[in-house]
Amino acid sequence: MAFDFYVSTMWSVLKALPLTLEIWFFGIAFGLVIATGLTWLRASGSKLGEYFTRAYVFIFRGSPLLVQLYLIYFGLSQFDFVRHSPILWPILRDPMYCTIVAMALNTAAYESEIFRGALRAVPVGQIEAAKAFGMSAFTRFRLVTLPIALRLALPAYSTEIILMTKATALASVVTIMEMMGTAQKIQHDTFRPIEVLTCAGVIYLLLNLSIARLFAWVEYRLSPHLRPPPEQSQQIRPVPEVL
Amino acid sequence: MEFLSDLQAQFSTAYELLAAGWGVQLLWGIGWTLAVTVVSMLIGAVLGSLVASAKLSHRGGLRFIGESYTTVFRGEPELLIIYLFYYGGTQVLTGVARSTGSIGSTDILNMPSFLGGVLAVGIISGAYQAEVFRGSFLAIHRGELEAARAYGMSAWLRFRLVIVPQVLRLAVPGLGNVWQLTIKDSALISVTGVAELMLTANKAARSTHHSLLFYTVAGILYLVMTSISTPIFEKAERYTSRSFTRPK
Repeated sequence: MAFDFYVSTMWSVLKALPLTLEIWFFGIAFGLVIATGLTWLRASGSKLGEYFTRAYVFIFRGSPLLVQLYLIYFGLSQFDFVRHSPILWPILRDPMYCTIVAMALNTAAYESEIFRGALRAVPVGQIEAAKAFGMSAFTRFRLVTLPIALRLALPAYSTEIILMTKATALASVVTIMEMMGTAQKIQHDTFRPIEVLTCAGVIYLLLNLSIARLFAWVEYRLSPHLRPPPEQSQQIRPVPEVL
Repeated sequence: MEFLSDLQAQFSTAYELLAAGWGVQLLWGIGWTLAVTVVSMLIGAVLGSLVASAKLSHRGGLRFIGESYTTVFRGEPELLIIYLFYYGGTQVLTGVARSTGSIGSTDILNMPSFLGGVLAVGIISGAYQAEVFRGSFLAIHRGELEAARAYGMSAWLRFRLVIVPQVLRLAVPGLGNVWQLTIKDSALISVTGVAELMLTANKAARSTHHSLLFYTVAGILYLVMTSISTPIFEKAERYTSRSFTRPK
């Protein structure tokens, strides 16, 4: 009886996994685009760009994502021009799009700081060497700065991605039936919150653990130069004495 | 010009609504948000130091418990943990009360929303604090601990005179980050019905139909809270590391 309940709950929540992943994926993808723009603006050296990105980061990191979501979903529809706009209104009246927009704007603030830090952490010597080789600014960026910065940004970026998985649960408060929303509904119908939330919790945890694993693997693959050399003491033949 | 007069009208409605009592309500909301955050941080500090010492323990079992704690409570959505403590708490309390006969078999004994919320946010905060404490402990020079041992200090004396002052000094910046996280997590316990800032803004938005205004105000108030904490933690950092500043 209890086992059947776990299985059926697990199955119902799992059926909502694609929706969670959809919010997750689009939130991250748009967030990455915005973050790239912000990082570029910040690195461009213009004073105006710097003030804008600072303000952006301050606002989106300093307030809870829930406030941002409510502001976008309930707040923006108060503007007449939003409701009459053929582009904005179809986006902002849909709770799904609103969640994606809120997540993307929010994660962009954190990611732009991660990228900024990574760009600054690229060793100056590498850039100087590239200059000394006569590389153009673009080649230098493509072949030296970017690969090193991406590698340096990876650990913090993976943390941010995991935070985004957790953030998808907020979609349930604006009526989206993703995993959390589905779990909430089953819980209200059956009044067995502990069992239901445990099922959902296991899925979220497995999801996050696999994301962490994936990033750890990518990080491992991207840093062969930091690994200890493979054991080869057995293979090395002793130096011939005749030498 | 139309835009300007529109803006002016917006401001005067905003002023009227805030003066009509919603302003005071929102201030109370700030009070509750701060109360939730402070209590959660304290719960988190206790749990965090216990979990950090479990993770640093020589015993495999304790290390496993510590690892699981930080993995689970940092890996789950905050909302899920809050629901688990609030609704799960209600489930447990109701079950216990029904079996002891203190309430009827169809009655429900609700989890107090403040308690449920604070426990949930505190436990999440504890997972992050555990990592901060563990990192700070590992940053203490091994030599200092060895020296303390060589002096014949007991474990408790070593803890009080060598470990705590140094861990605190090194942990302040990390704790500042956790504090900011906890303020933001506290907004989520509005779902359990604690009248903190987020729920107050929600109520105001729904009953006046001025959601833009109230969510903007709430957002600004959160920004004020998070930005005020930065200089406070900087000051705490200077204070706890006062013996490490270079002489002028």
